[in-house]
Amino acid sequence: MFKDLFGKSKYVTVKTIEKRDKEEVSPDNRLWTKCNSCKEIIFNKKLVENLMVCPKCGYHFRLTAKDRLTITLDQGSFKPFGEDIYSLDPLEFPGYKDKIAKAKAKTGMDEAVIVGEGTIKEHPVIIGVMDFNFMGGSMGSVVGEKITLAIEKALETRKPLIIFSTAGGARMQEGMFSLMQMAKTSAAVKRLHKAGVLFISVMTNPTSGGVTASFASLADIIIGEKGALIAFAGPRVIKQTISADLPEGFQRAEFLLEHGMLDLVVSRDQLRDELARILKIHQAGVVNYGG
Amino acid sequence: MVGNILDFEKPLIELAEKIKELQSFMDEKGIDLSDEINRLKQRARNLQQEIYAGLTTKQILQIARHQNRPTAREYVDHIFDEFVELHGDRRFGDDPALLGGIGLIDGIPFTLLGHQKGKSTKENLKGNFGMAHPEGYRKALRLMKQAEKFNRPVITLINTPGAFPGVGAEERGQAEAIATNLMEMSDLRVPIIVIVTGEGGSGGALGIGLGDKVMMLEYSYYSVSSPEACAAILWKDADKSAEAAEALKITSSALYKLGLIDEVIKEPAGGAHKDPGKAAMLVKEAILSSLKELSKLSIEELINQRYQKYRQIGEFSRISLSEEGLG
Ligand SMILES: [Zn+2]
Repeated sequence: MFKDLFGKSKYVTVKTIEKRDKEEVSPDNRLWTKCNSCKEIIFNKKLVENLMVCPKCGYHFRLTAKDRLTITLDQGSFKPFGEDIYSLDPLEFPGYKDKIAKAKAKTGMDEAVIVGEGTIKEHPVIIGVMDFNFMGGSMGSVVGEKITLAIEKALETRKPLIIFSTAGGARMQEGMFSLMQMAKTSAAVKRLHKAGVLFISVMTNPTSGGVTASFASLADIIIGEKGALIAFAGPRVIKQTISADLPEGFQRAEFLLEHGMLDLVVSRDQLRDELARILKIHQAGVVNYGG
Repeated sequence: MVGNILDFEKPLIELAEKIKELQSFMDEKGIDLSDEINRLKQRARNLQQEIYAGLTTKQILQIARHQNRPTAREYVDHIFDEFVELHGDRRFGDDPALLGGIGLIDGIPFTLLGHQKGKSTKENLKGNFGMAHPEGYRKALRLMKQAEKFNRPVITLINTPGAFPGVGAEERGQAEAIATNLMEMSDLRVPIIVIVTGEGGSGGALGIGLGDKVMMLEYSYYSVSSPEACAAILWKDADKSAEAAEALKITSSALYKLGLIDEVIKEPAGGAHKDPGKAAMLVKEAILSSLKELSKLSIEELINQRYQKYRQIGEFSRISLSEEGLG
């Protein structure tokens, strides 16, 4: 039965992404892409159909935030908020304004995260999605603020919060303003927990540094997308420190699952279904005690 | 002990040597040179003042990392009348890089947590240069919860290059440990007084650094990333660390101006390492006056004020930089 469900939903998802969003999913070449893992040449049409997962080895290519929203939410359900917030250059850091301008031009995004509301198989959610293409998904003032707005929106509406994170590190150009976003977002999550609102964190490839060490690790349910690198300190830093080879599969989602740091590891084609299943169970209501 | 000499203090050291020479010459020959010696001593004081008034960020970084910089344990010895060190996270182990315990300052009970850097190589190998593992952060949380249970205010002393980047630390959830501390500290129902005494290295520092009153010693630093790593990552050039240090705005005065810390604690002339006892007394005064100020608030007010303080951190605009014609 599990197999049937799986096959059926996969078909539906693939069909919708193909129909609506082929042009939104954007591999590096017009016709084909070489797999980062197995080096197989994959036709882009095939890659898009397969949700940007290598059909041969299962390698998960990075998704843009927009594509992630497309394959996660019900069609047309997404309504963004917190759109009118833009980065400043509080430290007047050399080259920062230029970098932001370039990242905007490259990604068509204002910052490294999109937040809003939508539905997953008709379950309403507040959703935040980070984008690695915008300055490595780094968290500065705006990312911290938008994540906090999403948390507050979930608190206000009591809708479950889902955050897809990806980050290569802190937004160094904003210095301590960036570091303090860890404190800000974590404090906001505490309020969410106290209010009894569900928070699901999905860590995608890669999630590291301050994002891992704040809101992304504080959810009720933490999911790692298959094969994702999830770390506090990156593997290069650790290798330098210990000057020895790292264990097989170190800091991959499967490794974290084995060490008790994740609830689930889910492949991309099953993520929407899995999220919907959790939301369904969660929204089934509460048991009344003592009555 | 070459590593202990700050290059910008060389003229001072030379002057001190000259004074010593004159002193021994005077003692040997029985000639009174005290006028000359006093003159040189005054010159040394002036020179020290001059040097320390014009420190670059890179030089402050050197002072913050100085091997003789007072450690958490030294501050405890100087400040507390009584202190009992408490060990272990009750999960995995005890982390010597994070000192924890309870004690009395002028008869007032406190829970203290602090990164413990060693002074010798042996100490540092044991305590990883003050770089804590998850068990260190979890011990800190356990003791903070205990403090909450008994209404004891919490003091944290930050002095770490960062959380330990190692295989075991990652396996045991370094990120989760720090994140959980941030979340729980935001809502801890006792005052939290935070003092950066030396190195405030990134998430490893912040992991015990969320509080009602965040202070920095004058020559400490607090940074999102080490200037060396910043230069290597952003400019692919580790030699540019001095520029990165300036650009990152990591000194106590810069962070105070940016509104990211609440207070700067003055250090004795020439830095805390020149007079640890006096530095400790200044820290003690700052702790006691902070507590006095914070205890005027009810717990609800305290928690709310703490939340709002962090909620407001962030610099952004409602107009895109490129719309301003800058991008
Ligand atoms: Zn492949």
